[in-house]
Amino acid sequence: MGEAVIDVRHLTKRFGGRTVVDDVSMRVNRGEIVGFLGPNGSGKTTTIRMMCGLLTLDAGEGRVLGFDLATETAAIKAEVGYMTQRFSLYEDLSIEENLRLVAGLYALPCPRETVAATLGGLGLTSRRRQLAGALSGGWKQRLALAACVMHGPKLLLLDEPTAGVDPKARREFWDEIHRLAAGGMTVLVSTHYMDEAERCHRISYIAYGRLIAEGTVAEVIEGAGLHTFVVSGPGLDAVARRLRAAPGVDQVAAFGVTLHVVGRDRAALEAALAAAGPGLAIAPAETSLEDVFIQFMGAATDNMG
Amino acid sequence: MSAVLSFRRLGALLAKEFTQMRRDRVTFAMMLGVPLTQLLLFGFAINNDPKGLPAAIVTTSHDQYSRAMISALELTGYYRFTHVTDSAAEAEDLITRGDVAFVVTIPSDFGVRVERGEAPRILVEADATDPAAASGAIGTLGTVAGEALLRATGREADAEAEAARRLEVVVHRRYNPEGISQFNIVPGLLGVILQMTMVMMTSMALTRERERGTLETLLAMPVSPTEVMLAKILPYLAVGAAQVTLVLGAARWIFGVPFVGAMSVLLGAIFVFVLALVLLGYAISSFARSQMQAMQLTFFFFLPSILLSGFMFPFRGMPPWAQAFGEILPLTHFNRIIRAVMLKGADLRGVGGEMLVLALFVLIYAAIALARYRRTLD
Ligand SMILES: Nc1ncnc2c1ncn2[C@@H]1O[C@H](COP(=O)(O)OP(=O)(O)O)[C@@H](O)[C@H]1O
Ligand SMILES: [Mg+2]
Repeated sequence: MGEAVIDVRHLTKRFGGRTVVDDVSMRVNRGEIVGFLGPNGSGKTTTIRMMCGLLTLDAGEGRVLGFDLATETAAIKAEVGYMTQRFSLYEDLSIEENLRLVAGLYALPCPRETVAATLGGLGLTSRRRQLAGALSGGWKQRLALAACVMHGPKLLLLDEPTAGVDPKARREFWDEIHRLAAGGMTVLVSTHYMDEAERCHRISYIAYGRLIAEGTVAEVIEGAGLHTFVVSGPGLDAVARRLRAAPGVDQVAAFGVTLHVVGRDRAALEAALAAAGPGLAIAPAETSLEDVFIQFMGAATDNMG
Repeated sequence: MSAVLSFRRLGALLAKEFTQMRRDRVTFAMMLGVPLTQLLLFGFAINNDPKGLPAAIVTTSHDQYSRAMISALELTGYYRFTHVTDSAAEAEDLITRGDVAFVVTIPSDFGVRVERGEAPRILVEADATDPAAASGAIGTLGTVAGEALLRATGREADAEAEAARRLEVVVHRRYNPEGISQFNIVPGLLGVILQMTMVMMTSMALTRERERGTLETLLAMPVSPTEVMLAKILPYLAVGAAQVTLVLGAARWIFGVPFVGAMSVLLGAIFVFVLALVLLGYAISSFARSQMQAMQLTFFFFLPSILLSGFMFPFRGMPPWAQAFGEILPLTHFNRIIRAVMLKGADLRGVGGEMLVLALFVLIYAAIALARYRRTLD
């Protein structure tokens, strides 16, 4: 195991008696890109805010970049780059003014040069006097990322950075994150896009404030112990109805002209499929991360009950 | 690195605040629009020397002396006798309803006393709820009435001339014992304008950042509470300075308010007062969850300030509990200082006590603001 950049244990946060983050422990090593996945409202933002000293912990402890979360938040803030979920640079300041402000607040040694270089890197030099609020979603997100890496942080905390951004911009964004990580930055990025999980070295999955799974994508899929079959043939509507009612079948989802059938117990699943109807083509398939997460969410709600 | 105050960081924050202020039309409107409209409304709409005010005369005798007195009063231009009656009760009704601003009562023995060379008396009751209106009319009374009597008696008999000299005009300023004049209002207006705009603008400054989410970015960066507070406060001190210049200039050159006292004492008091206000605004912004709430809290302070500080109603005319409440409002103390300095020429020794009270407000509000500051979003 490498040097731990994030090492937090039993993080807990309550808002008005409701536990929003519940006993979350996490470790992220230097140079890693870790995906932080979970449905909306599961506590991703709250966890990230605790990690960068923006929220106090109700319970738990931890170190970020070697600094204590309870007592050394000032030191953490100086070396962390945090990109908020919602664009939160100043919309009534120009692109350049925003970058100047950031450069000034981090007391960068050559602010002018750094801001100019950042503008150049973004390709926004000619538009630097435009108000940040006038930028499109994709540009805002690129500007926000540029602003939070300008001071050369050792750790990047990105909160749903690609929400509402088109696929091409998303791909470029991830290329950029990989470039930064290759340069030695550690990245924790929250998302609810499954395909983005595939671009992380490791993922952690959180639901209802609890960490449910972590590891590489393959490990998480493997750990879930799910079996998947693809079914095609006539009368899939009726087949799907029958399968949903059958024991051993946890998920049935239609994908175009095929059904995706998932279950934990392979024998029971095969029995159900055999009885599903005549003339069906049934083939085993890879379980996807999405199948796993849907399984998790179902289990987590059961636990809530 | 996490020093309490770095001039680099403060400079960066100040540059940001001034740029935002420059782009925010609402701030600009508040900064110049509020003082201008208030000056125009309070300054020009309130005429400190109004003429032709409706008046009632109560008299039972219609001798030459009474007539001379009435025509002399009418000639001043201040009185327009709309009612003549011999019933004091009717006159009382008229002034209570506000149909007349004055009731002039000429006693039935008026003529007799003039002829006998005794001290004759007339009673002028003024509705001083609008004291500025009454003061000019009252001011002319003594001389006008005396001269009228002299003319009426034709200086025939020494005794009668003596009586004219000894004419006693009894003036009752009713409803409002202190009597604010316009000179009182314009200096008072400075405090009111500052109270409204300074508190409102600063109270919204931090809540705006919270509402827009920019506070999260700001707090995620290495800034200290002192820096954030100073950066929010200093620009508004500058705005305050602009307003003060505007109002004092207007007071001096448009309204001709006398400046008797020392300018340095005045400016010192204004500085301490504005400092107290911006800190109050900042403290409010640490409580308010939204700009709307900040606005409401501002008015929560503004209304008692304008009503109980002695700006609108004479302080000593209020019941003790209201006076006690007024004492805990900075505007009360500021109004006393500015009136004492501008109009009465009080020096630092004269207003030092009030200055200390203002300084105390500064300390209290600063303590609240700093104690309420959160480095986190909790
Ligand atoms: N400041 C707050 N006060 C009260 N509740 C909050 C606050 N912040 C977040 N929550 C609640 O905590 C839960 C988790 O929110 P969040 O951490 O934003 O989830 P995610 O980022 O995974 O969507 C949500 O139900 C949200 O409503
Ligand atoms: Mg979130």
